[in-house]
Amino acid sequence: MADALLTFLLRNGDNTLILGHRLSEWCGHAPALEEDIALANTALDLIGQTQLWLELAATVEGRGRTADKLAYLRDAGEFRNVLMVERPNGDYGKTLMRQFLFDAWHHTLLTVLTSSKDSRIAEIAAKALKEVSYHLGRSSDLVTRLGNGSDESHRRMQDALDELWPYAGECFVTDEADRELAAAGIAPAPDVLKPAWERIVERTLAPATLTAPGGTFVHKGGKRGIHTEHLGYILAEMQFLQRAYPGAVW
Amino acid sequence: MSVEWPLWEIFIRGQHGLNHRHVGSLHAPDAAMAIRNARDVYTRRNEGVSIWAVKSTDIVASSPSDKGPLFEPANAKVYRHPTFFDIPDDVGHM
Repeated sequence: MADALLTFLLRNGDNTLILGHRLSEWCGHAPALEEDIALANTALDLIGQTQLWLELAATVEGRGRTADKLAYLRDAGEFRNVLMVERPNGDYGKTLMRQFLFDAWHHTLLTVLTSSKDSRIAEIAAKALKEVSYHLGRSSDLVTRLGNGSDESHRRMQDALDELWPYAGECFVTDEADRELAAAGIAPAPDVLKPAWERIVERTLAPATLTAPGGTFVHKGGKRGIHTEHLGYILAEMQFLQRAYPGAVW
Repeated sequence: MSVEWPLWEIFIRGQHGLNHRHVGSLHAPDAAMAIRNARDVYTRRNEGVSIWAVKSTDIVASSPSDKGPLFEPANAKVYRHPTFFDIPDDVGHM
């Protein structure tokens, strides 16, 4: 049980950490000042949530590690985030589409987690849910506007959806650890969340005039620590300081 | 961006029930986005509980060159200020 719980907490913390890092790459580069700040805010929300998840993971692990150590001193194979969050940002449309697909899932998960039998998890979920409600409102609005915008914006958003759709499926891949926590009432089995996620996605894709690709192929592996090469580059940048100057503080 | 988004003036009401105050401006394609952008640009440090957005072009301003006729006559009318009353000590701070 402790192993399953630790895995679950790392998956949550690593999703928010890696996506938060990806979003922070836009800081100073987004197409408009207002978008730049909004995206950086989302990144900071996600990093803040990472602290909560990884602190709890460190406590559950009980080996004297901290949230910072988990973030900065694990190698790629020990990360448990889904592959979608390590995808390169691409153009702004791709970043927004990834954000929307993630937010829809994140919101669905956190909503259920607020009634987790583990009160520590329920508390983190309640706090994060307020932030994620805003993220989802914002990303679904922008996906709608761009999908239903000019010919070019529509084409870019449809391309983004086609590329990211098979990655979104990993959010619902369910393994032993997931089932163990579901049986204990601590977290929902991921596959159970899919219908609610699909409803949210469809509510946005319809007015966005975008079409969800058919097909059931899913890129997966991240939840088990098998990552694309992109994660290595993210960690190289994110962990550089602690690797080069171990224990550095300021 | 070939066409610049319209400019909006943003007013925020602070935590303590004060009036909405002008905090700055931003660009947004429409009113809903102006509110969202204002949330992200101007309330990052818990500054407010309410946002107003007004299109900059909807604001009617007095002309700087009218400053004399508009405001200077008031300078000479000291009797309009309530400074000629003795306030009893019991009233305390006003």
